[in-house]
Amino acid sequence: MIDTSLRWIVLAPLVGAAVNGLLNRRLPRRAAGLVGCAAVAVSLALAVRAVLRLAALPADERVLTDTLGRWIASGSLQVDAGFLLDPLSAVMILVVTGVGFLIHVYSLGYMAHNAGLPRFFAFLNLFIGAMLVLVLAENLPLLFIGWEGVGLCSYLLISFWFDAEANADAGRKAFITNRVGDFGALLAMFVLGVALLPHLGPGEGLFSFPVLRAHAHDLTGVATLASLLLFLGVTGKSAQIPLYIWLPDAMAGPTPVSALIHAATMVTAGVYLMARLSFLFVLSPAAMSVVAGVGIGTALFAATIAVAQTDIKKVLAYSTVSQLGYMVAACGVGAFAAGVFHVVTHAFFKALLFLGAGSVIHAMHHEQDLRAMGGLARRLPLTWPTMLAGTLAIAGVPPLAGFVSKDEILFAAFLGARGGFPWLWLAGFLTAGLTAFYMMRLIALAFLGESRASPEARANVHESPPTMTVPLVVLAALSVAGGFLGWPHALGGGARLQAWLAPVFASGHGAAADGGHGSAGLEWTLAGVSTLIAIAGLGLGYLAYVRRPRLVAAARAWLGGRPAQVLGRKYFVDELYGRLIYRPLQRLADVVCFRWVDRGLIDNLLVGGSAVVTIFTGSLLRLMQNGLVRFYAWVFALGVTVFAVYLTFLG
Amino acid sequence: MALVSDHILSLVTFLPLAGALVILLCLARRPTAAGWLACGVALADLGLAVLLWLGYDPVPGTDQFVERAAWFLGGRVQYHLACDGISLVLVLLTALLGPLVILSTKSSLSQRVPLFMAMALFLQTAMIGTFLARDMLLFYVFWELMLIPMYFLIGIWGGPRRIYAAVKFFIFTMAGSVFMLVAILYCWFKAGTMDLGAWLALDLTPTEQLWLFAAFALAFAIKVPIWPLHTWLPDAHVEAPTAGSVILAGVLLKMGTYGLLRYAMPLFPAAAVTAAPVLAVLGVIGIVFGALVAWVQTDVKKLVAYSSVSHLGFVVLGLFSLTAQGATGGVFQMLAHGLSTGGLFLLVGILYERRHTRELADFGGLAHGMPAYASVFLITTLASIGLPGLCGFVGEFLILLGTFGSSQLPHAKLLVAVAATGVILGAIYMLWMYQKVFLGPLGSKKNQGLPDLALREWFVLVPLVVFMVWLGVGPNLVLAKVGPSVERVLEPLTAPGLVLPHGDPRPAPLWAVPAVLGGGGEVAP
Repeated sequence: MIDTSLRWIVLAPLVGAAVNGLLNRRLPRRAAGLVGCAAVAVSLALAVRAVLRLAALPADERVLTDTLGRWIASGSLQVDAGFLLDPLSAVMILVVTGVGFLIHVYSLGYMAHNAGLPRFFAFLNLFIGAMLVLVLAENLPLLFIGWEGVGLCSYLLISFWFDAEANADAGRKAFITNRVGDFGALLAMFVLGVALLPHLGPGEGLFSFPVLRAHAHDLTGVATLASLLLFLGVTGKSAQIPLYIWLPDAMAGPTPVSALIHAATMVTAGVYLMARLSFLFVLSPAAMSVVAGVGIGTALFAATIAVAQTDIKKVLAYSTVSQLGYMVAACGVGAFAAGVFHVVTHAFFKALLFLGAGSVIHAMHHEQDLRAMGGLARRLPLTWPTMLAGTLAIAGVPPLAGFVSKDEILFAAFLGARGGFPWLWLAGFLTAGLTAFYMMRLIALAFLGESRASPEARANVHESPPTMTVPLVVLAALSVAGGFLGWPHALGGGARLQAWLAPVFASGHGAAADGGHGSAGLEWTLAGVSTLIAIAGLGLGYLAYVRRPRLVAAARAWLGGRPAQVLGRKYFVDELYGRLIYRPLQRLADVVCFRWVDRGLIDNLLVGGSAVVTIFTGSLLRLMQNGLVRFYAWVFALGVTVFAVYLTFLG
Repeated sequence: MALVSDHILSLVTFLPLAGALVILLCLARRPTAAGWLACGVALADLGLAVLLWLGYDPVPGTDQFVERAAWFLGGRVQYHLACDGISLVLVLLTALLGPLVILSTKSSLSQRVPLFMAMALFLQTAMIGTFLARDMLLFYVFWELMLIPMYFLIGIWGGPRRIYAAVKFFIFTMAGSVFMLVAILYCWFKAGTMDLGAWLALDLTPTEQLWLFAAFALAFAIKVPIWPLHTWLPDAHVEAPTAGSVILAGVLLKMGTYGLLRYAMPLFPAAAVTAAPVLAVLGVIGIVFGALVAWVQTDVKKLVAYSSVSHLGFVVLGLFSLTAQGATGGVFQMLAHGLSTGGLFLLVGILYERRHTRELADFGGLAHGMPAYASVFLITTLASIGLPGLCGFVGEFLILLGTFGSSQLPHAKLLVAVAATGVILGAIYMLWMYQKVFLGPLGSKKNQGLPDLALREWFVLVPLVVFMVWLGVGPNLVLAKVGPSVERVLEPLTAPGLVLPHGDPRPAPLWAVPAVLGGGGEVAP
């Protein structure tokens, strides 16, 4: 069905961005903030309306479209500027505009004293617009506009405080790392396009999602290659091994940005892409195995790093990488709905945790080091309980949101083993324990115990204004109750989200994607085990960082400095990339390409001949002195005359 | 009106020349008046180009607005101008950059302003004439005419090493042109006429084709410039005044790729097909090499100059993908590059006027004091690195997609994979440059208190930004006019029964021109 309101969902934030961007400082700060929030509010309202309209349709007809016109047409290539709302994009736009709106409101308080406020809101609105293009796009190239657009906004907002060279470095690193991924996504498009072209029916757009899906059987031959190339793009955008390195650095941006872009929405774009193209990925068991392995590997790997970080935002950043690993792994085992479910719940609790961390940072006057905090629970009466709710949710304590979606993923991973040893499940299970542990560590170091801040810093601690705390409360409520959106059948729920998404997804390769095949007994058992490890992790964290702090010191002394150093320096991956890729490439460019080949070989040696001529001409010209202009005029005239005479003579 | 409509091509070509003559004869001592007159003439020429745009019928893709008259030798040499979709967009690009260049120059120039204005207008006539000529002698005259004003623009108003750069530019280009002249004379003896249409019907042996193609391609390759013939470019750019750099990057480089597409490929199709793998590989080398070398430059202008080598490498790859899509993307990329790189040179010129340096190390933190300038610079940078939604993306996308599906180019997929790394490298060097100039703390005292964009500079930059966004959002406007013409021009290369020099029959094209001749969603056989 056609619904022309879809374009306004996208355009509203773009209009907001244009207003704030063009008027900039001519706009009073208050007005800039209001414009920014209002633009997203309009988008949210329209999104809700559109989704309700979608829900009113029969389940197998739930597609709304809005075509603005033809974007690119060249020969057999026809790409429309068109939007498509189906159950999957419906979930995404609600998350993007809903959580996005809350974070806009929060930013009113958090950024209130910033001179660059209009610029901030312009970028934030631009981001929402680009993200909505990404999730509503009807075809791959249009999705790619959003895909790179959100990357651009990420770059702009990470380096928002561009005074510091480090922030600018972080922004550039994010953009370039993502471009490495985009390189894969671009090639994947070509692979798909060229494979599909001979099978294209009249009037079908080459890259349109419905067309790709209808022709999935024609793509079998290229499915592995295309999926893996797309997955390279996913590892960039969704911060998976090997391209996750930009996300921790991205914490250089303002905290609302970390919450919105680098936790709740943009980084889940990779998961969305795989869910959108699930029909392609399931054609290639090999690619699916890679996806699952990389996802769960990233989850475990990042969780171990999170344990040793001392910057409150860095803990959450590695936690995000880890949670994204879960979502990717879910796609890899064919449980796309579970992956999207985790996108939703993670958006709630991770946005909450980041905003809570922002509130802490705000209260501590830009202190981000956990070692200088402590005892904040009494001083921040709203931030503290909401943070705790977020922590319990991400740790996987039932019945909070994180428990349900993570359990769905672990269940699917267990079934995906199909009788073999459930390695994926085991890694995910261990990650769950680590998650509970490092989150309890964060909570303990920030909120419990005695304050380790300087006396004057301690005196100034204050709770944040309502613009910041109200979003915290709302997100806390969602983090507590969000799990009921998709409470699985086996545990006595309705699995409403999974049922809503079902028409969109191709069934996975053997995996019991959404709890359809496993027995209820198995699911109960796994849920119980998950709960146990969550509680164990939390308990261990509490023991180590609250009850017996000396345990940590003792453990550290026993292990020696090395493990802590390796974890603290994040396994030296950044150093490795710098030494193996970035700097050699730069030397190649400078020494080999520029000095040897360009200057030395080509310009001096090969062009040497004409250089001699140049010198000769130069000396000739010097003889001519003031006759330069006339000389050439004469030579030219002479040439033309000779030529004309020659031609005439010939005729 | 009949005068305008019957002779619009002559008007759009020679109006700037008339302006130049008026300036030289009447306003030689009145720089301000000369500047305004030049501006007015350039705007009028833009108006004519827009009329041309509006009147052009895209569907057949044929030559239109034809003006044809016997010139000499009993009509065997003709005054023959015509305009198809390819010429159309390039003429429009030239006419758009003309007034912007003149406007951008008005304050930065202190000496011999009238002569400068006359040269700029003279150059415009030569450039537009080159795009519209359909008689080989006429083409060659315009082609060589371009050299003279460009030589003086660099040699008189250039930087400290201007004579070296001007002579290097002159000699490189002349070296190529000489071979092309020989080839033109050879064909003239064969055909007995200079008419392009007649030449297209020439029956040349494969060996003849190879030699003639080589001669033409060399001249054009130097102009593009195709790696490794590019070393004149950085020198010319660094020494040229802003206006010279803008015209050089914006239009002159396209003469090379235009020549390849208009002459070298369709006139000698068998040779073009044979040589395509070599040229495509050189294009890919140019993409990667240009990007890598751009990355390690310390002079902003040199960096942008090498980025041109990279971008033009994409165009060459697109043309020699021998597909309609790749070549159409190539033409689109010519236009996009003219806007974004022309814009970058204008922006660098604005910076140079304020700071009298172009060394990256001298800058830093300029976004603090010049937010508007920094924003425009960022948009232009993003257009240049092919951010989807801006003009740079569409060309690259079509080029790579077309090449990927090329059935005539060996190892096409591998070439695309290597070429696509240019997407990463582009981000690396451009964002590096942007950070060094605009981000970080406001270091040097000299960078403090620099004025942001002046009104005149807004007038120069806003049209460029508008077109960069417009072409990214609505590229079809251009693609619809270019596509059919590209297909027509490439027709000889896909004609059945084309005999290659080594005697192999040409492989049946899969994604090649006939499959898409009808446009509108037709299916490849």
